[in-house]
Amino acid sequence: MRTFLLRSFVCAALAFAWLVGLAPLPAAAAKLKVIATTEDLAALAREVAGDRVDVEAIARGYQDPHFVEAKPSFILKLSRADLLIVVGLQLEIGWLPPLITQSRNGRVQPGAPGYLDVSQSCEILDIPTGAITRAMGDVHPLGNPHYWLDPANGRRIAEAIKNKLSQLQPGDAGYFQQRYDDFSRRLGEAEQEWDRKMAPYRGRKVATYHRSWPNFAQRFGLDVVDYVEPKPGIPPTPQHTLALINRMRRDKIKLILIEPYFDLKTPSAVARETGGEVLVLLPSVGGEKEVTDYLKLFEYDIKLLVAAFERTR
Amino acid sequence: MTHLRVFSFKSSSRWLLLVVPLILLASGGLHAAEANDNDVAARLKLLEERVKQLEAELEALKAAKVVAGPEAATPGASAPPVVPTAPAPPEVATGPSGQLPVYGGASALAKIFNPDIGVIGNFVGAVGRNRVNPFPALSMAESEVSFRAIVDPYAQADFFLSFGEEGVELEEGYVTFPALPGGFLAKVGKMRSSFGKVNTLHDHNLPWIDRPLMTDNLLAGEEGLTDAGLSISRLLPAPGGLFLEATAQVFRGDSGDLFQSNRRSDIAVLGHLKSYYDLTDQTNLELGGSYARGHNDFGSDFVTQLFGVDATLRWKPLRRAIYHSFIARGELVWSRRDDPLNVQRTFGYFLSTDYQLARRWFLGGRYDWAERGHDAGLHDSGGSILLTYWPSEFSQVRGQLRRTHYAEAHTAYELLFQVLFIIGAHGAHPF
Repeated sequence: MRTFLLRSFVCAALAFAWLVGLAPLPAAAAKLKVIATTEDLAALAREVAGDRVDVEAIARGYQDPHFVEAKPSFILKLSRADLLIVVGLQLEIGWLPPLITQSRNGRVQPGAPGYLDVSQSCEILDIPTGAITRAMGDVHPLGNPHYWLDPANGRRIAEAIKNKLSQLQPGDAGYFQQRYDDFSRRLGEAEQEWDRKMAPYRGRKVATYHRSWPNFAQRFGLDVVDYVEPKPGIPPTPQHTLALINRMRRDKIKLILIEPYFDLKTPSAVARETGGEVLVLLPSVGGEKEVTDYLKLFEYDIKLLVAAFERTR
Repeated sequence: MTHLRVFSFKSSSRWLLLVVPLILLASGGLHAAEANDNDVAARLKLLEERVKQLEAELEALKAAKVVAGPEAATPGASAPPVVPTAPAPPEVATGPSGQLPVYGGASALAKIFNPDIGVIGNFVGAVGRNRVNPFPALSMAESEVSFRAIVDPYAQADFFLSFGEEGVELEEGYVTFPALPGGFLAKVGKMRSSFGKVNTLHDHNLPWIDRPLMTDNLLAGEEGLTDAGLSISRLLPAPGGLFLEATAQVFRGDSGDLFQSNRRSDIAVLGHLKSYYDLTDQTNLELGGSYARGHNDFGSDFVTQLFGVDATLRWKPLRRAIYHSFIARGELVWSRRDDPLNVQRTFGYFLSTDYQLARRWFLGGRYDWAERGHDAGLHDSGGSILLTYWPSEFSQVRGQLRRTHYAEAHTAYELLFQVLFIIGAHGAHPF
């Protein structure tokens, strides 16, 4: 009996070894494969990479990038990636580390050439100083991770991606440089247009749901005076909502900006009480079907903002 | 040359210290000519304090410059992007005549290599009667301390120490090699084995306060299948976005009262096949099959084998992912246990659902049925209703109304309640 069991085990072990060891994984694609954690980074990578690289995103543009599920299907994507581009600043801390580990892909492990944290190239705001505790909510100790919402940072991200792609695929460095130059030029022209449209509203006070907009507000001169969340990541409380209503009445704030993945109930109630308006603004590419690239993201948001400022003049 | 530089640095700093207050004093004096004597005294006091503050800052800067060395003055551009390199610590002689250690800036930089540390407190209470397997009325059931860090370019390490009220236990402690050739992922150390889904979860990640009866009766009790050994896994090629992962594990052969290693060759082995498929963007299905084999407490000639099947269906609308979700899961386990008289063939399962009502509220239910691994003639069954509240991402309050019918013809009605809280490093959310 014992010999039989032992033989069975050895046979099973050999079969298993054949199954896992000899079965080939899909051959690496000819094109460089880039996985970005968000649609924004993927959109910027596409601007630079053109058709020479395959680019995919993990999080959808209409979902909260803090709370993405670490699905095994993402492990599959990462297992085949040559380059992983991350937002960093702990935005993906709740879901990305296990995906990277389980990808079994040495190219995209932290510190490897195929791991690119673009926050290191950008201007970061809201870096906490002094003592930091979770009594302050779900703070990001390294700074606010929504930094891509400043076109200047978008340009910096594109440049970092261009440099990395040129390093990984040196034969196409000239192509990437040309595409980056073209993107930078188009972005510069668009910025002039956006500045012109937003100029009349510089200094306008707004409230936002989450602290997603410091870079956008700084770039376009908005004054974010309060938040629907009492603290980052903490859902609205009655006391804070009342205080927000009083402040909006006192400071004559008429606009609440909200991301598409938050509940409208409390902001709508606040807007009703204050005679204001709730505006669903997109923090990411892909938040709506028509917002398919980085420039369209700002065009969409600025168009909505200008109309809302006019309505709540 | 160095002395000269230091001397000139010191000299210029002294000049600065003299000149700045003089300028300030002069400007203050001009202004004071129109003010009263009290104003002058107050201003002088302020200036004195300011000078002292500047002196202190200057001394601190000089100390940091000496300790960090010239390279530390230009960090950033050339630093590696993910694992910043700390400047070499100052040479510190161990004897009394050596240079004194410098605390503060330089030593703080050295701490960046310390592991991420988190602590999870798990407080559990119970009311009601249970004569067979009672929870204490109030207990700090577990305080889990986790340490996590990258070892080197090839490996990362995880440690989970479980502090109970009566002692400390290494719940898990393993090194992971995530990028081996051939697409393999290996783990070495003590770990929860990959048998099914629930066995892999730590207590604080469970969707219930207790573990299912199936775990108690067939899978080594509360601790589950946890042992020291080796694990290797690999993704298998599959068509159409299907995720397939095969895992093989070898353990010493000691897992609670399930497996017992009586001699060195009494190892336990385990195989697990996991499949996963995205039915839509917001719905997915996971199926798994497991097999484990080890020697039991009757001796080296007596073997216990386990076969398991697990299924999990998840739904989470991406646009409202933080407000609503639904999970249905079930696990079935068959046990075949040799004993001196015959073979005990037993079976157990649970079915469970969780629905997220709102951002902070979850409602759940579970049904249990399990024979006892040691005696196929005995079986227990039970059901639970759960309500969970999340004050934040880092704390949780849960109540579980539980009815259990034991083989001893005793039915227990209990209300279990739990407070979970997390401090320290932000761990990954379980999936």
